[in-house]
Amino acid sequence: MSLTATRLDPWRWLGAPMLQCMAATILFSLPVRVFGWGLPEPIFCMAPAFAWAIIRPSMVAPFGVLIMGLFLDIFWGAPLGLWALSLLVAYGAVLGTRNMMVGQSRPMMWMWFAAACAVAQMVGFLITQLDARATPNLLAMLWQFLATILLYPFAHRLIDRFDDADVRFR
Amino acid sequence: MSFRDNPLGEIRVPLVWTAGVALVVAVIVAVTLLLGDRRETLRNEAYGVTREVSDAVAAPVSGVVSAPVHWLGALSDGISQYFFAVSENRRLRAEAAAAAELRQEVLGLRDLNERYRDLLGLQTDPPIPMVSARVVSDSRGPFANTRLANAGRERQVRVGNPVMTEYGLVGRVVGVTRGASRVLLLTDIASRTPVMVDRTNARAILAGDGGPNPKLEYLRGYEPVKAGDRIVTSGDGGLMPRGLPVGVAVKGVDGAWRVVLSSEAGAIDFVRILLFEDFAQLVDQDELNTRSEPPADGALPTVGVTSPPPPTPAPTPAPSRTPAPVNRPPPAKAPVAKAPTPKAPAPKTPAAKTTPTPRPAPNQPAATPAPAPPPVEEPVF
Repeated sequence: MSLTATRLDPWRWLGAPMLQCMAATILFSLPVRVFGWGLPEPIFCMAPAFAWAIIRPSMVAPFGVLIMGLFLDIFWGAPLGLWALSLLVAYGAVLGTRNMMVGQSRPMMWMWFAAACAVAQMVGFLITQLDARATPNLLAMLWQFLATILLYPFAHRLIDRFDDADVRFR
Repeated sequence: MSFRDNPLGEIRVPLVWTAGVALVVAVIVAVTLLLGDRRETLRNEAYGVTREVSDAVAAPVSGVVSAPVHWLGALSDGISQYFFAVSENRRLRAEAAAAAELRQEVLGLRDLNERYRDLLGLQTDPPIPMVSARVVSDSRGPFANTRLANAGRERQVRVGNPVMTEYGLVGRVVGVTRGASRVLLLTDIASRTPVMVDRTNARAILAGDGGPNPKLEYLRGYEPVKAGDRIVTSGDGGLMPRGLPVGVAVKGVDGAWRVVLSSEAGAIDFVRILLFEDFAQLVDQDELNTRSEPPADGALPTVGVTSPPPPTPAPTPAPSRTPAPVNRPPPAKAPVAKAPTPKAPAPKTPAAKTTPTPRPAPNQPAATPAPAPPPVEEPVF
């Protein structure tokens, strides 16, 4: 167990990915246009939220997801709690079904990641409908969904790195 | 005895359960924050200290991060200008020739317009001061479309100020802190802007939905808009000046009228924040909302119609040093004596507190004009 505790250092599997996602979000929020097109705006925080739920249940991870969601809300100017709740619901859905996902092939895991992204987007859609009393643009949601599911390799790398760290949850 | 030997040491709450409890607590926190958030108001205190602090931190950080991008953009612009100098020169010469003709026409129209205004006595809007700012961050998702500009409270930017580029309206300020202001774009799902069709003056509300082309809602009338119509701000509601260019009307694939925003014609890297203050923002709202007390006799003041003079007690007649003639009518009654002429200047006091202008009753006998009628307010003893 001592070996596990050393390998599954909270800073390495929780803190560092969280900060990397925040930095990537800031970087992709630059007002840049390439050939008339702005940068895509994927939800970088979906990658660690998905990977943390797959690696192992944790008491700290939900609060990490909460912090990342609140950061997105404040930085993007969304209603406070929108992305926090969306990410937490997606995290909870993955945590509840992780027994089905663990050990599956990479393409299959990619599909599970897309499903988790769809859950987060759907929660965001419902909250926005209730908050603004208007229907968000489905095409804009589709673009963000497609940009986000392309981030699965980052989540897979995190899973690969820490999946075997705690043998109790293999 | 070691910890492992302690029988209580074996009683451990399963980690899955504790993770679930932590998740529930985090969800409760998120829901509480969501219910307590009031993003879309025009009150600065509703923006919240958290957002103000985060914007104040994010603006310089994003400014530093975006600086190399701006440098690279300037460099690429310089290179392209060098390579396309000849064609650019030809285009500019043609534009200058066309502009020379237009200039004469504009000068004539401006002169004519000023004369018409003088004749009609129109009061034109005062020029609007503005501050320039650089956009340092940009969110483009379906649920939030905002930008962070690096000009804030220290430059008199206030919540509600319209924001423009050289092409057209971008949005309005929804949060201000020191050194930064948050701009809600026209495309944000919470954005509602009163606009009108320039050709027909038909009013509509421009409603964002997170996509690039916001919708025109609440259009009235028979064919109030057609494709290619220019859309400008209507100024209704007093939050924005009238006539700011917004975009061009197009028919969306969903059948709704949408607007291709003029501001999308170029990169939104620099913006102008209009320090616009409508008369509604300048007046003292407390004073304006003060209810005037009805007169003592219960007669309600009418709006737009002058009411008969309120009955006031007749003043004590001034002791005359010479005896009054016999056929002289009784002393002038107070309302008649203090009735102002129609050309009297408007009172300086607010309208809400003024009493209706009295006028002489038609069936009242006209008082003989005294040589110097004493004012009622200051009776001469």
